[in-house]
Amino acid sequence: MSALIKSSIARKVVMALSGLFLVLFLLLHLSINLSSVISPETFNQWSHFMGYNPLVQYLMQPILIAGVVVHFVMGIVLELQNNRARAVKYAQFKGSANASWVSRNMIITGLVVLAFLGLHFYDFWIHEMAYKYVEVNPQDPTRYYAETVEKFEPIWRTVIYVVSFALLSMHLWHGFASSFQSMGLNNKYTPNIKKFTKIYALIVPLGFVFIALYHHLNPLTH
Amino acid sequence: MNLQLKIWRQQNAGSKGKMVDYSISGVESDMSFLEMLDVLNESLINKGEEPIAFDHDCREGICGSCSLMINGEPHGPDRLITACQLHMRKFKDGDTIVIEPFRAKAFPVIKDLIIDRTAFDRIHQAGGYISVNTSGNTVDANAIPIDKHKADEAMDAATCIGCGACVAACKNASAMLFTSAKVAQFALLPQGRVEATERVQNMVRQMDLEGFGNCTNTGACEVECPKGISLENIARMNREYLMATSKG
Repeated sequence: MSALIKSSIARKVVMALSGLFLVLFLLLHLSINLSSVISPETFNQWSHFMGYNPLVQYLMQPILIAGVVVHFVMGIVLELQNNRARAVKYAQFKGSANASWVSRNMIITGLVVLAFLGLHFYDFWIHEMAYKYVEVNPQDPTRYYAETVEKFEPIWRTVIYVVSFALLSMHLWHGFASSFQSMGLNNKYTPNIKKFTKIYALIVPLGFVFIALYHHLNPLTH
Repeated sequence: MNLQLKIWRQQNAGSKGKMVDYSISGVESDMSFLEMLDVLNESLINKGEEPIAFDHDCREGICGSCSLMINGEPHGPDRLITACQLHMRKFKDGDTIVIEPFRAKAFPVIKDLIIDRTAFDRIHQAGGYISVNTSGNTVDANAIPIDKHKADEAMDAATCIGCGACVAACKNASAMLFTSAKVAQFALLPQGRVEATERVQNMVRQMDLEGFGNCTNTGACEVECPKGISLENIARMNREYLMATSKG
């Protein structure tokens, strides 16, 4: 077991599994967020459920946070090891000749998404924790829609969200299919996995961009 | 043609190296890249300077000795060949060519463009073999029927010449393609299955001990490999490793 934890292959499998878990979570997140465009009532119901259901709050939320932490901590550990593996750098290295930009710069797109998560947690999660546990406000199943739309009123926040989703798209473009390779799956299904990865990496971030822009362009009437 | 060369010069493993500029004229388009370096070395010797040290042996693209990073790519801009098979017709008169050794912490420079690739030997020694009783009643390997598709895949993996271009091309200096080819050539054959569990664990452990980086699946190794070793081998090694480790 200790050999498994120490090995480079095991570290990549941890990266792949936590990444795939976050890929699945994105789909759930997008589905709920899309309801804010279609029906504010449904969005409020979903948000209230996610905010107060004990299973979500005390089991799923800690698992999600652990997934994010494991993915980025392991990503940074791998990056540091990789840098050490070539102490003297090349005077000329033509990385673009044999590999895509996104595959070579997962650390950059990943760190941007991580920085975005900081803002996203500040915007929603910390606000929610303060509402529930610091201010100890009563439950209000109707507040979520207005709180969300309000967030997208400033153009700067909308722009940050859109740019971050573009970087997330790049991260998924390589990371999703790469996870299968890391776990040892490279077979007749691989071309289809790669195609699906590209569709997923475009559609899901575009969905989030659409929601951010929609709420920015359709502010609440005060 | 006349060329400007920027070549890594390093006296020995302990010294600090640097890029040195050279001019060379009279290079023929049908010369191989190594012949061009031979011409440069002759002129250096005639001038009383120390020739540039570089590795070579067969000059037929099969020994894996030449280990040159040419204009930022291992073995130069051509595909599926080693540096010795690269010809000067790939370059134009007046070009500047940057020549460096393959760089990795696990491949220390010995002198100029020559690197120490014994890390690969140690990975191979950790499990790249099968144990066969050779006491006189050895069974002929060909007596065991093997699926043609698997035999071909094993043969493809076995064409790895251990040149190190995969490590050189990888942004992380990972040796996964080399190690996986050596694992796969045995894992696919019944003779190799006997020691498969220990083999993959020992070879991966040695690979990690040597200080190679991790695999990011960029695919650069597969593109630059002079023998076209496929990334499928890395997935196979990962599968083998996970199955072997789960067995304990």
